[in-house]
Amino acid sequence: MEILAPGEPADSWRRPDPRLLTLRRGEVVAGGVALLLIGAGLSFTDLALGVALAVAAPLVAGLGLGYVGRRFRSWGYRERSEDLLVRRGVMFERLSVVPYGRMQTVEVTAGPLERSLGLATVQLHTASAATDARIPGLDRSTAADLRDRLVGRGEATAEGL
Amino acid sequence: MVQAGRRLLPLVVVLAVPFLSQGSSTKSQTLVDAGLVGLAVVAGAAEWLVTRWRIEAGVLRIDTGLLRRRTTKLPLSRVQSIDLVRPGTARVLGLAEVRVRSGGSREGDVRLAYLAAERAEHLRDGLLDLVRGSHPASARAESLLARASTPRLLASTPLRAAILWPILGAVALLVWGRHLSLGGGGVALATVILLAVGTGAARILSSQYGFEVARTQDGLLIRGGAVGTFTETLALHRIQALRVVEPLLWRPFGWAKLVADVAGGQHRRDEDRAASGRIRTLVPVAPRAEVLRVAESLVGPAAREGGTAPPARARLKAPISYPLLRAGLRDGYAVSVVGRVRRLTTIIPLAKVQSVRWVQGPVQRRLDLATVHLDAAGSHTTGAALRDRSAEEARELLQRLPGLCATARRATPSGPAPVP
Repeated sequence: MEILAPGEPADSWRRPDPRLLTLRRGEVVAGGVALLLIGAGLSFTDLALGVALAVAAPLVAGLGLGYVGRRFRSWGYRERSEDLLVRRGVMFERLSVVPYGRMQTVEVTAGPLERSLGLATVQLHTASAATDARIPGLDRSTAADLRDRLVGRGEATAEGL
Repeated sequence: MVQAGRRLLPLVVVLAVPFLSQGSSTKSQTLVDAGLVGLAVVAGAAEWLVTRWRIEAGVLRIDTGLLRRRTTKLPLSRVQSIDLVRPGTARVLGLAEVRVRSGGSREGDVRLAYLAAERAEHLRDGLLDLVRGSHPASARAESLLARASTPRLLASTPLRAAILWPILGAVALLVWGRHLSLGGGGVALATVILLAVGTGAARILSSQYGFEVARTQDGLLIRGGAVGTFTETLALHRIQALRVVEPLLWRPFGWAKLVADVAGGQHRRDEDRAASGRIRTLVPVAPRAEVLRVAESLVGPAAREGGTAPPARARLKAPISYPLLRAGLRDGYAVSVVGRVRRLTTIIPLAKVQSVRWVQGPVQRRLDLATVHLDAAGSHTTGAALRDRSAEEARELLQRLPGLCATARRATPSGPAPVP
């Protein structure tokens, strides 16, 4: 979705850390393994169902891996002089433009799995609940730098409602 | 005392029910009841007695609380609006409440209840002058923008979807109910539905009776109410978007409603619904031309902007709403029209846009369409959506809008900062 094509270099989008993809793939593989184990367990009581599950598991995992890959590649953000662009989505492609002056809070969160890989999520909030600007899977120091930069820019251009 | 009285009423009702049904209650029971009533009266009176307010050095200060003293300080520069509210009981007693609202949470609000009506009005005017910091004499001038016509109000209320469909449902239940082997249940259900609808309609009518909106130096002055009355001020900079609402059954008559999305302050628990919420009605029901005239006086020619329809291929994605869909930009405002049965026109000042979003779903991608959202402060439903534009136009909008919004922001002075 190169919706800002004219005069904008195509590689100017910054992307989440590849470790995010590792994390998402790990989740899918874990789900597939769980399905396989359930199938193995069920095959003692209901052989047909167990086999069906065991066969389905790799297929589901394969589809899941394809999806998380595309989803990972869809994420991107770009800091422009006056606003931040965030894009995401495979089925529904979304791109948000958030002016720095409208930022109310910048939130950095890291769940247990994200933390174990040294990742963090940066989320911007404006006065509108509909604003959708979340960047997951950033290296923790990148996230902290981004947060500081955003806060600095927000202060410089702060505006009311 | 009215406050105490209001709290007392449900209590009395609750107590009266067992009292009446039993016919005779034991002596101790009666004593307990009387004690409860007495306690409520004393508590209300005490709260009123220990509340003091004053204005010093540009700060409105209120001390209240009998056991736990609480002091609220509200800098007048933060005041968003000053409203005069008179519930029915207060009106009978010649009293009024002054409600001072600041941005942010409910705790930031101050309610001075109750003062003699004349004194309350005087205080309101005085506070407005202080907030404005201008000469009082020039402030009284107001020009009436619209006044609700009572016959139209009466005629339009039953045509609201929320009123009409339950009535039709209840009637259907009464007519065909006996074939459904519901027994007496059908009639009882229909009665309950009709009662609820009647209450709802009465509430709408009483809050919109005599509804007036006028332009003053402070912004808009909104007045109305049949039993309880209210007078509100709404500063223009608080308006995040204007909406013209045309329900399906109003459209044959050419009627419309004008409401404003207002930032800040969640007042869900307020007694009077009309004075609460993020949406303020400006014109309850009027011919579309009159609604547009009021809108025009607030946002200029943008109110007349009809917008352009999406490309014809959008009919495949939105077959029902396609005939209504419109979008356009004019003079620092974005205008969007959406709706399947109810036509909703949103006029949003670009200066109030918080963020711009592009969304393209799978069907839209196939048809080379996209939707551009303009988010305004508040919940998910505020803001405007320029739906199903051609992808090329949407791209262009997404490139132009951030710049246009920034220009509009700089040109428009923002209002008082919200309370942190």
